[in-house]
Amino acid sequence: MLSNLINRKIFTLLKVQYSNMLEYRVEIALWAISGIIPFFMLNIWTNNNLNESINVSDILLSRYFLCAFFVRQFSVVWVVFSFEEDSLMGKVSPYLIQPLNPFFRYFAQHLAEQITRFPFALIIAFFFFIFNPESIWIPNLGILLLSIVSTFLSFLIQFLIQSIVACLCFWTEKASSIERLLFIPTLFLSGLLAPVVSFPAYVKSWIYLTPFPYLIDFPANLLSGNETNISGGLIMQILWIFILIPLFKKIWSEGTKKYTAMGS
Amino acid sequence: MNLRKYLKVYKKFLHTSLASELEYKTNILVDLITAILSLVGSIFLLSIFFQNSGYIGGWKFEQALIIQGIYTILNGITNTWFNPNLTEIVKHIREGTLDFVLLKPIDSQFFISLKKINPSGFLEIMLGFLLLFFCIRINQINLNLSFLTLSLITISCSICILYSLWFFISTTTIWFVKTWNATEVLRSFLYIGRFPLSSFSFSLRIFFSVFIPIAFITTIPSEVFLGLSVFWKILLEIIVATIFLINSRKFWLFALKFYSSASS
Repeated sequence: MLSNLINRKIFTLLKVQYSNMLEYRVEIALWAISGIIPFFMLNIWTNNNLNESINVSDILLSRYFLCAFFVRQFSVVWVVFSFEEDSLMGKVSPYLIQPLNPFFRYFAQHLAEQITRFPFALIIAFFFFIFNPESIWIPNLGILLLSIVSTFLSFLIQFLIQSIVACLCFWTEKASSIERLLFIPTLFLSGLLAPVVSFPAYVKSWIYLTPFPYLIDFPANLLSGNETNISGGLIMQILWIFILIPLFKKIWSEGTKKYTAMGS
Repeated sequence: MNLRKYLKVYKKFLHTSLASELEYKTNILVDLITAILSLVGSIFLLSIFFQNSGYIGGWKFEQALIIQGIYTILNGITNTWFNPNLTEIVKHIREGTLDFVLLKPIDSQFFISLKKINPSGFLEIMLGFLLLFFCIRINQINLNLSFLTLSLITISCSICILYSLWFFISTTTIWFVKTWNATEVLRSFLYIGRFPLSSFSFSLRIFFSVFIPIAFITTIPSEVFLGLSVFWKILLEIIVATIFLINSRKFWLFALKFYSSASS
């Protein structure tokens, strides 16, 4: 009964958000294009033969960056910006009355956006293969499934971190600047611009304890067939999710107590 | 007479937007940390590239740092002036408030491009200058009058090109309404301005000098710093900057013909 209700809610939310997203296809296409930085980085790597020093072949490196692009496409999170706007405009109040945590709404929004984004990402990948035909490969089904799971887990970690930051909106009005701050280590340490294997030893010694390499580097390595510790990576991802969920619950309940609606 | 009026108006703009931005003091502190981290991150990335090779595209690490410095200054200028103002155009068009701008007895492009200011970008500009001074020391560049004028000319040209690019993209919203993230696409393309153009492959180099003249924005000023620049390149940059500025003006006037206000 309960699970049925939850299923129906989630399904309705997804349907609504998907039709919402389909309205702005051009916008989503532009978002997809704005994620092509990994390809520029690949160009620097291969054009200067930098990959020789880290013992990764050209082909594997180009696959890595393509996968990094894909993982990034399907783990982009912007909940803090939506939530900040809604909370500044006072739109959060009606959401709070509903018997559903408003973050489910944002969650459905993200999933719907990913579905809309999928064809655009495929088109970009298609162009990538036209320019780099030698890097075409077909991952086996098990690896593909595992990497979809780990991409989703990466998305979940980022969604939880951003939701925690978004909850800070209850205290300060501009939580998005904190998100921009957190985005910097994500950008440089997650493996979007350079694979984590290429990092100097003094960074590699501690980076695997942080959530960053599991956001892009791990799923991308998995999908592209580069060497990686599959079970270790998945366990770390799940571990981080289990650390973040209670944190989010705590900050959410504190925040809603603190929340004063517009005009009260 | 006219110039004095515009200066007076600009003083008012500065006053009001600074007053409203300084209300969020912690925000400015967070932005400062973000700017520092982002500079550290990009130097870290650069150091990965130089880990096992002395030259990238013919540039030494110390020389490539100059590009970082110039990029940081330009990025600071973008964050101070272009980003807060030009993303506002989209809002004006969506909400129909562009009418009020057009009705004012003042040039609409002036109003739209300079109304707001984001003081946290200043810190980034200062960081960029610090890095540049550091680079001047480690590269043993003699400061003399001709060097200073040339670098001033090329950097101002870069600012003009950058402004025109932002303005072009933002103006297209008159037709497309909801493409504020087109500026994100531009941002991700500009990202490659952190690296010497010669480190990319030939086709990308052509793309980034002809279609989106990023080559002119950071590489030529850096070459001036190193004393490598040839006269025709500087001349070309001045010509490109003038063409861009004139066309951005023309494009704005052209686009306004297609602007039908919100309710008509």
